[in-house]
Amino acid sequence: MDFLTPHIYSYLAVSAVLFALGAIGVMTRRNAIVVFMCIELMLNAVNLSLVTFSRMHNDPAGSMLVFFVMCVAAAEAVVGLSIVLAIFRNKLDVDINHLNIFKW
Amino acid sequence: MVSLNTLIVFLPLAGAAINGLAGLLWPAYRKQETLIGLIATASIAVPFALLLSAFFGYQGEAIRFSAFSWIAAGNLQIEFSYLLDPLSLLMGLIVTGVGSLIHVYSIGYMHGDSGYYKYFAYLNLFIFAMNNLILGDNLLVMFLGWEGVGLCSYLLIGFWYQDMEKAGAAQKAFIANRIGDFAMLLAIFLAYFTFGTLDFAEIQSQIRGAGEAGALTEMFGDRLFWLTLLVFIAATGKSAQIPLFVWLPDAMAGPTPVSALIHAATMVTAGVYLIARMHDAYLASPEVMLIVVVVAALTAIIAALTAIAQNDIKKVLAYSTVSQLGFMFMALGAGAFTTAIFHVLTHAFFKACLFLGSGSVIHAMEHGHAAEDPQDIRTMGGLGKHMFSTRTTFWISTLAIAGVPGLAGFFSKDEILASLFFNGFGQPLYFAVWAVGLVTAVLTAFYMTRLSYLVFNGKERFKSSAHIEESKPVMTVPLWILAVLAIAGGYIGLPYLIGHGEYHWLNHVWFSGTIINRPLEEVMHEHAAFEYVLLALAFAVSIGTMWFTYTFYRKHDLAGDAKVQGFFGRLYETMRQKFYFDEAYDALIVRPFSWIGTRVLAVFDRQVVDGVVEGTAAAVSGIGEVFRRLQSGLVTNYVMILAAGVVLVLAYLVWG
Repeated sequence: MDFLTPHIYSYLAVSAVLFALGAIGVMTRRNAIVVFMCIELMLNAVNLSLVTFSRMHNDPAGSMLVFFVMCVAAAEAVVGLSIVLAIFRNKLDVDINHLNIFKW
Repeated sequence: MVSLNTLIVFLPLAGAAINGLAGLLWPAYRKQETLIGLIATASIAVPFALLLSAFFGYQGEAIRFSAFSWIAAGNLQIEFSYLLDPLSLLMGLIVTGVGSLIHVYSIGYMHGDSGYYKYFAYLNLFIFAMNNLILGDNLLVMFLGWEGVGLCSYLLIGFWYQDMEKAGAAQKAFIANRIGDFAMLLAIFLAYFTFGTLDFAEIQSQIRGAGEAGALTEMFGDRLFWLTLLVFIAATGKSAQIPLFVWLPDAMAGPTPVSALIHAATMVTAGVYLIARMHDAYLASPEVMLIVVVVAALTAIIAALTAIAQNDIKKVLAYSTVSQLGFMFMALGAGAFTTAIFHVLTHAFFKACLFLGSGSVIHAMEHGHAAEDPQDIRTMGGLGKHMFSTRTTFWISTLAIAGVPGLAGFFSKDEILASLFFNGFGQPLYFAVWAVGLVTAVLTAFYMTRLSYLVFNGKERFKSSAHIEESKPVMTVPLWILAVLAIAGGYIGLPYLIGHGEYHWLNHVWFSGTIINRPLEEVMHEHAAFEYVLLALAFAVSIGTMWFTYTFYRKHDLAGDAKVQGFFGRLYETMRQKFYFDEAYDALIVRPFSWIGTRVLAVFDRQVVDGVVEGTAAAVSGIGEVFRRLQSGLVTNYVMILAAGVVLVLAYLVWG
């Protein structure tokens, strides 16, 4: 059943793929909500690698950090979504490339 | 006792603060002329009474009192302290005594002026500054007063500031004084540098110590020369000597009591006081004494000649003041410091009386609608019939300033001429200065008699519709007091009145030394015969000239001026134009400076200074123009650049 016990690299690989997906999403998508989801994806990718390393080193500190990241991410989601909502109410639009009123 | 003495200095300040602030904050107060006048006068009269009691109770030892410690920085310890010794007591009595009379007079003179409260606040502030100047125990307190009187002089000359000409005269006075003040500041630095202290007493004892040890040059080098020269330059500004005297005649733009107080009796004698205060340093630098005496002689005669050709009553008196100040400086230059201060005293009496008398005349001319220009003596004449008190006091003071025997001016002027003459036995140059002084005395008697005659005697030249009236008692009583002092003031030089057994009450403060390194009294004793000759000469000069002038003008009246013009020939026009000093300064200083200003400095400012400033601004916005392209406003771009940056940093960390 050895093939069922994934090697540690597998976890890290998944984490890297998730992070890259998130990053590409942030860079390419224009819908603020999708960008937001991509950021969450990146955070979770980091969480995954943290847990992986925590197990690898047998050190619970990494796992503990994950809880903090989750808390902050949750709070960020609340604030971020409220902002997106407020923008939408004002401009009926959530395309981030249209949000450039501070440009020169 | 300390608190009482402090009142001498600070009561005038309190008076200024009360009148100034109350008038400023409370418009109804400005109409309370009697109250304002009383507060102002009381805050001068009380210090006068205190000084008087200190004067008569003087025990032969200087009284020092300190208000507070002013500056304490390392070796530099400056006390805000004052000194009551015979010199400062006498000066203080002149300032507060004549000051009180002029305050009383001003109550009448300034009646109805919209700036009444302001006037008295300034006047009190002036007395405060003047008290600092003459009572200060060190150079710095003195300097505070020195600057303060300059400021008050500026404020009061430009008192009617809506008139551009008067405002200009105030600025001229201020600027001319600044030049002198700069020299004063340098002198103070040099004094600290040389002596390590600014205390008058300390400086004096250091110089005396070195002098007695015969080590002046070894100890001070040429610093005493520069110190005394700088102090003298400062004095030429404040005390209106060549080359800085030009402001004083213009200063007559101020109210007449101000001319009497500041520009005749007190402030302008500050330079004389200061040199007398630092007489040890002067005695140690004979070259400067010669400079002083020559400059003074030139000032005296040039001002006297100018006074002959003037037709404005106050201008004549102004030039007369310059000339008399020249006499004081001549005495200083002859080492006769006591005599100089004596002349300050007598001059304060008769010149204040003359100025106040001229104020009374101007007042009457103005209120009687007698002429277009109430100060032009050509439109006066015969005023004596209408103004008994003014005429009598004015003539008494004229007799005094002309040096008629028995009156104050005779004693002091005769002493000055005598000290110049006897110095001639050591340094022949003094004979020449004495001759100039004698000629100036003749001229003085001439122009003062001319002035008095043309104003009060002879034909009435003002409009026949005019209604000339004598001034109110509030103005004439000070005139009478000053006239009595102009008669009696000379006698304090006599020993029996004071009873110190010495010829001069002031003498024991100062060791008598002169330029010829021998006490003047000794030389006088040696040549005692000359003293009678000089006395006879003074007698003849004053009485002869006055008698001549009086009969001359009685015969020709105003037409006499034409004859005088004939006598002086070409010189007369120069005299009338005040020896072209203003024109010379205009051509030599004002115009070159404004040319440099507009042609060179303004161009430099526009092209270079502005160029640098504007160039910097243009460079910044130009660079911004390029770099702001980076700010696309697209979030994705920013994120991509951020990611690229992260990748680069990582690449560097991994492979770098």
